[in-house]
Amino acid sequence: MSSTKLSHLEVVRPIVEKYAKDPNALLQILIEVQEILHCVPKDVQDYISKELFGKSRVRVPAVISFYSFLSEQYLGEYVVHFADNIIEQMLGNRELAARLCSKLGVKIGKVRNDGRVSVHFTSCIGMSDQAPAILVNGRTIPKLTPEKVDVIAQSITAQMPVERWPESLFVVEDNIRRSDVLFRRKIEPGSAIKACLDRAKAAHAPVALDEQLSPLPSDSDKTGLDHAAQETLAEMYRSDLRGRGGAGFKAAIKWETARDKKGSSRYVLCNADEGEPGTFKDRVLLQNYADMVFEGMTVCGFTIKAKLGILYIRGEYRYMKEHLDAVLQKRREQNLLGEHILGSPFSFDIKIHWGAGAYVCGMETAMIESIEGKRGSPRKRWPLPVEWGYKGQPTVVNNVETYAGAAIVAVRGGSWFAQHGTMQSTGTKLFCVSGDCERPGIYEYPFGVSIREVLRDCGARNTQAVQISGPSGMMLPESEFDRLLAFEDVPSVGTVMIFDKSRDMFDVLHNFAKFFQHESCGLCTPCRVGTTLLVNILDKFKKGQGSALDLEEIKNISQLLKTFSHCGLGQTAQAPFMDALQKFRPIFDKRLKSKEFIPAFSLNAALEEARQLTGRTDPGAFIHEDIAEPAH
Amino acid sequence: MENTFSLDGKEIPFEPGQTVWDAAMAAGVYIPHLCHNPDYEPHSSCRLCTITVNGRPFAACTQPAVADQLVHNNTPELNAMRRTILQMLFVEGNHYCPSCEKSGNCKLQSSAYDLGMQDNHFPQLFPHREPDSSHPDVILDRDRCILCGLCVRVSRDVDKKSIFAIANRGIKSELIVNSPSGKLVDSKVSVDDEAMKVCPVGSLMIKRKGFEVPIGQRDYDKEPISVVSLRQFQGRKEGRHE
Ligand SMILES: Cc1cc2nc3c(=O)[nH]c(=O)nc-3n(C[C@H](O)[C@H](O)[C@H](O)COP(=O)(O)O)c2cc1C
Ligand code: SF4
Ligand code: SF4
Ligand code: FES
Repeated sequence: MSSTKLSHLEVVRPIVEKYAKDPNALLQILIEVQEILHCVPKDVQDYISKELFGKSRVRVPAVISFYSFLSEQYLGEYVVHFADNIIEQMLGNRELAARLCSKLGVKIGKVRNDGRVSVHFTSCIGMSDQAPAILVNGRTIPKLTPEKVDVIAQSITAQMPVERWPESLFVVEDNIRRSDVLFRRKIEPGSAIKACLDRAKAAHAPVALDEQLSPLPSDSDKTGLDHAAQETLAEMYRSDLRGRGGAGFKAAIKWETARDKKGSSRYVLCNADEGEPGTFKDRVLLQNYADMVFEGMTVCGFTIKAKLGILYIRGEYRYMKEHLDAVLQKRREQNLLGEHILGSPFSFDIKIHWGAGAYVCGMETAMIESIEGKRGSPRKRWPLPVEWGYKGQPTVVNNVETYAGAAIVAVRGGSWFAQHGTMQSTGTKLFCVSGDCERPGIYEYPFGVSIREVLRDCGARNTQAVQISGPSGMMLPESEFDRLLAFEDVPSVGTVMIFDKSRDMFDVLHNFAKFFQHESCGLCTPCRVGTTLLVNILDKFKKGQGSALDLEEIKNISQLLKTFSHCGLGQTAQAPFMDALQKFRPIFDKRLKSKEFIPAFSLNAALEEARQLTGRTDPGAFIHEDIAEPAH
Repeated sequence: MENTFSLDGKEIPFEPGQTVWDAAMAAGVYIPHLCHNPDYEPHSSCRLCTITVNGRPFAACTQPAVADQLVHNNTPELNAMRRTILQMLFVEGNHYCPSCEKSGNCKLQSSAYDLGMQDNHFPQLFPHREPDSSHPDVILDRDRCILCGLCVRVSRDVDKKSIFAIANRGIKSELIVNSPSGKLVDSKVSVDDEAMKVCPVGSLMIKRKGFEVPIGQRDYDKEPISVVSLRQFQGRKEGRHE
């Protein structure tokens, strides 16, 4: 590897220089260092601290330890991450991980003695429709099989650089199974911006736009840009487009508020963190419709008078880096980004910021902190980003799919858009279908489709339950399959995980609980401690040691999480528990040891240390605890 | 005309820009709190100050006061949840009050008394946390740290030293120290730092002050934290206007 030839300083210095020692670029710098060195060693941390922050050296380790993909310890020449969400587990990721580990002679989470390789589990990597999937040195390998595991093990043993592994390993599929207006009407690059600028022309025909690209009037009143922005906003209002990232807030209101707030500059942020397990629509959009997403961001920039847009994209999608950089570059060449877009006085550019493994960074103010190079903890609640966002300026944060929708609205008009979907949920929605069905993938439906219809279309049989909108969403039994996927009934980011009757919903809940525990940022007490207490209770049930009192405990902790947590992560971390208790109660009942209270404390385990010290193994050194096997 | 909102049925006046917490405390209504110190910017992490505004929960320390809103604070439901928060903080760390130098001056302990917390309720998590007694004058006992972030903020914003930061995430969060060795002895910390005065618990303390005031005669031994806090808050206000 080239890194062995370069000294740490030779690696880090050009990266720090490239980012002009900007403290806001800390995370980006660390990601690039990690990519080359497979760690961020102490000496590199010191150098970065000195160059970016002068004396203070706490910020760098504080940031490194926050993000799953950064590490002070060397992770080896080959770093393998197995996605570990419930869908991956159902498709055998654990067995495959064990196979790889045994072939390589390595323990999960530990670097092999020769420093060659390490294998880890991570949360969802956005590949649930082609699971099991892994990342190797940041590159995605989907649809893992035992045969592929063997090829990977051999390649690592032969020290073959990942770049020379068979290309076929890395093919990520789109799996677009159903198309509606968004997928079908791929708009021409530039057409949405042209539509906006044409409105400016129409407003002030004589002085509007200079076809010759000669010096342009910068005063927006004369150019009609202001009027055109108002018109665009009016179309957005007409479309009634609601945010696709979960909360369903109306995009037009957000845009107008950011536009009206005082600020020295304004920013357009696109949320491509897509951390909700089982979600992968933003990946498919950015892979195939990146122009449309960037176009929507540009339309937003035009409307709110911003000059810079930032795509915040999760580190799990790093394999798309070249593709996205190329699309942006091409748009600059086409004058769809940069100075004087299409010869107008409007200038706007888009940068990409990468995440590094932290679900909470999808929460908008955590994302802004992350873009500013900090730990991704949510900010205090007020003021909202539309007033006090990136760098303290008015900022719009929307989801990838929301911007794609905005591009359509700009081209086709708001009324046309609003004809699709339902009264309160206009347009179409991308659904990410995974789990027990014949055809997992992306399905675009008008809002208002029933769960049952989705299940039929994807070939799901014997379905026991669906999890809508990921772990933070709703766990629904068959009796609720006629409910409609729309903000007025079952709202969602578009995630549909399917579990057939052979699945144990306890395992699903346990997986979700661990996910929230792992992803809690730790800022606030209820979520930091509560998510761990909940996992501990489920561990107890798993061993068949649950008690009726534990069920009360789950309710109490859940209530606290819901009402006292600082952000949506903690507030929704209890949702699967409450659904499971109400709708899948037998998964607890069959694991109840007794209806009375049983302490989590195990006397036998506590005696283990004494047994080891005294070397006793005779029956008298053990206490019979009558550990019930969970009844499956 | 004065702006007011209703707090548990009492009219509370406020000035624009004040938080619910500020306005309540100024009007003599105590709202429990741990991570907030009125001399510094709030950051709403402990959640002990959670109130409801028109039925929806918010952290009082960061919630702007708005005219005519209906705020609830001292209700059995909220206080029960506050007790749970305190119990969580107790089991998350290793708190042995009887042998702790901060006993009687500790906001965690006194809030627990004040809110009627009887026991820790949850199984202890017994984390393993490294204490740092390397410095001649200052000690950091991480077992007692409740991650309120006050020392972090004050050292950064007031002392301009950034001696502390919170590292890791979730339940693994921990306080780290800005020095080459990660130890206090190699840092620029000093007993005169403002950051040394803000720890609500016995985590960050000055050495050799041990038991200067005998147990039984400390701030919260004599009066509940609700009374002491209000007096301190109001005294602070008067001090500022002098
Ligand atoms: C823990 C957490 C994770 C989130 N993750 C995402 C995400 O990955 N993508 C996203 O668009 N929104 C996510 N959100 C919602 C964002 O905070 C924000 O509401 C959204 O990006 C706004 O865009 P929209 O209005 O277009 O939906 C998350 C929220 C929380 C609380
Ligand atoms: S609820 Fe609290 S601890 Fe959990 S992620 Fe949000 S801010 Fe962090
Ligand atoms: S040491 Fe004290 S002040 Fe600092 S974070 Fe911990 S509890 Fe808060
Ligand atoms: S005092 Fe308000 S959240 Fe801690």
